[in-house]
Amino acid sequence: MNAPRLAEQFEDLAKQGQAARLGMWLFLGSELLLFGGLFALYAAYRAMYPAEFAEAVAHNSVAIGTTNTLVLITSSLTVAMSVGAVRADRPRRAGRLLALSVLLGAVFLALKGVEYAAHFRDGILPGEGYRFAELPAAGASLFFTLYYLLTGLHALHVTAGMTLLGWLSWGCLRGRYAAGNDLHVELGGLYWHLVDIVWIFLWPLLYLAHP
Amino acid sequence: MSTDYLRAPRGVRSWLLTTDHKRIGLMFYVVVVMSLLLGGVFALVIRAELFTPGPTVIGPDMYNRMFTLHGVIMVWLFMIPSIPNVFGNFVLPIMLGAKDLAFPRLNLASFYVYCAGALVTLGAMIAGGTDTGWTFYAPFSTSTPTAVLPAVIGVFILGVSSILTAINFIVTTHTMRARGMSLRRVPLFVWALYATSLIMLLATPVLGLTIMLVGIDHIYHFGVFDPALGGDPVLFQHLFWFYSHPAVYIMILPAQGVITEVVCTFSHKQPASYMAIAISSLGIATIGFLTWGHHMFVAGMSELDAGVFGALSMFVAIFSAIKVFTWVATMHRGSISFNTPMLYFFWFLFLFVFGGMTGVAVATQSLDVHWHDTYFVVAHFHFIMVGSTLTTFLAAAHYWFPKMFGRLYSERMGLLTSAGVFAGFFLTFVPQFLLGNAGMPRRYYTYPERYAWLNVLSSGGAFLLAGALVLALVNLLVALRWGKLASGNPWGSRSFEWMTPRLPPKENFPVTPEIRRGPYDYHLTNEEARERASAR
Repeated sequence: MNAPRLAEQFEDLAKQGQAARLGMWLFLGSELLLFGGLFALYAAYRAMYPAEFAEAVAHNSVAIGTTNTLVLITSSLTVAMSVGAVRADRPRRAGRLLALSVLLGAVFLALKGVEYAAHFRDGILPGEGYRFAELPAAGASLFFTLYYLLTGLHALHVTAGMTLLGWLSWGCLRGRYAAGNDLHVELGGLYWHLVDIVWIFLWPLLYLAHP
Repeated sequence: MSTDYLRAPRGVRSWLLTTDHKRIGLMFYVVVVMSLLLGGVFALVIRAELFTPGPTVIGPDMYNRMFTLHGVIMVWLFMIPSIPNVFGNFVLPIMLGAKDLAFPRLNLASFYVYCAGALVTLGAMIAGGTDTGWTFYAPFSTSTPTAVLPAVIGVFILGVSSILTAINFIVTTHTMRARGMSLRRVPLFVWALYATSLIMLLATPVLGLTIMLVGIDHIYHFGVFDPALGGDPVLFQHLFWFYSHPAVYIMILPAQGVITEVVCTFSHKQPASYMAIAISSLGIATIGFLTWGHHMFVAGMSELDAGVFGALSMFVAIFSAIKVFTWVATMHRGSISFNTPMLYFFWFLFLFVFGGMTGVAVATQSLDVHWHDTYFVVAHFHFIMVGSTLTTFLAAAHYWFPKMFGRLYSERMGLLTSAGVFAGFFLTFVPQFLLGNAGMPRRYYTYPERYAWLNVLSSGGAFLLAGALVLALVNLLVALRWGKLASGNPWGSRSFEWMTPRLPPKENFPVTPEIRRGPYDYHLTNEEARERASAR
């Protein structure tokens, strides 16, 4: 009952799995380029306003940023463990691990919300709404606009990933996946690792990179 | 023998929910041709307005909306999806000996995402139109009160459709090839689609992001490109052209792929060099990512940067020239049949070489400063993108017509309309080269008296082109119903898609074939060729 279904266009399951993995990797490559545009903007504006960017980075809370990094890395670990668990034919354990990952994703978003709220109180709003008196220069407002765009786009991906992992977790708990039928869990895990990797670059750019 | 793909199963539902790549290709065919007609109507409105120096039929604001709609529709609704999504969808799996694409449902999703994107984009028209031009340059695009938001959301959605198709093509090429189909035996059209897909996959997300930044400004002013907030509008141009220049190769590479198939089939000869064409396709796709700066020579760029971008742009010409010489050499000592697709190849060759050479010219900074934002550039990119894509789209439409519909079109009408298309195209755009060189800027709805006669010629040419296109379409539509029944391989081709029955069955091959020859083995007889491309 747990055997994966062979689609009619494929000759065997091995090829089908290979195709699905390649497709996922290509999609992730495409996603990287989506963030790549924003990273390029960050690089260009940082080159234009080095001092203002450094000051603005220093204003962000390293504590929250670093905690969030730990939370997200831990969630990637539990996802990786869930892939191992489902391959070891322990789908219920995999389901619980995935649920834990979703929970960690929620913690990440909650901390992000705390951070956003603090920024809003300071009058740090994106674009024309920027009212922060301590860092009045145009470069700082651009930094925070990019901060909102980068973290916002990332948060969208976190949310999408949580939905995906939640669905996979439900499937594992119901015994839909098992050893030999673990492809979906693996692919969902890949997506979550992308979300993690993007953050690994956002963390230094938005919290640490000041002299 | 199993029932052909057009008839099994029947019913509207079986079409709308189909996962058969051939049917999805045909559905794309319908919507893409409708887009071409719509974009053509806007082109005619533009040319009608430019028929006389003063105001003719519309005012300046309406003129801006018209050229924006023309550009947006022709680029994103017609040229980008045209050849890959229609003909690529139809023949790529058959050429590889596969039963379908790797992800058939994703393919269907790509179609509906395209339709949704098209509807939203056209929604901008109902919402009063957009006046930014198809390039959406900031800061104008972020401040104009016209309907930019639906236009950019529509283009974003269309980009998703492109990416889905690209993933499907790449994965299929890697994992679905029949036994014996080594990479050196893959038909060159597939190589071209593969290179195209790489560009779609890697460039489209950057465009999507960039125009969403423009769109967001219409809801809440982020002003990433707004100088008042410290931003730099030129960065928009960098990001926009990072996609939109490679996008030219999204249009050109599939066209070159079709041309390769057409030249080999109608010369009954293998290409003069298979590797030269395959490597040039990948070369264009790679170098194409490094040339975007040549759109911005006058937008504030150092001379060094401009020189580097100019030189890199010329590399594209080298790869293109390799292809051109290979096609011409392929004809040498071939047994040439002079059918409609072959005639389109000759038009293509002229337009591509002429458009390409003017491309090298505008990639030179000193010349570009003179020609920038004039009709010279308009004529150049119409020659290279539109001329090449349109003539090739028509070549493909005639070439694969017997395989898609099992009937033959009228060759006489085909040749006649083909000549009409070229005459109309030539008459429309050659005067525009002259106008641009004489200094007429683009995107104005009036012009001084001295440009009048060339504009009259250009407008006349546009209507001739439109007439010929409609006749070509009618010719094919008539053949759908009344055309003579075709055989499975009416052109005597050796390419794998022609080895299938007259109309391929849904699964393309009853038994997965084993390939024991190359795609252009014209030294084999038809029977041998068929035997070495079927199951043992």
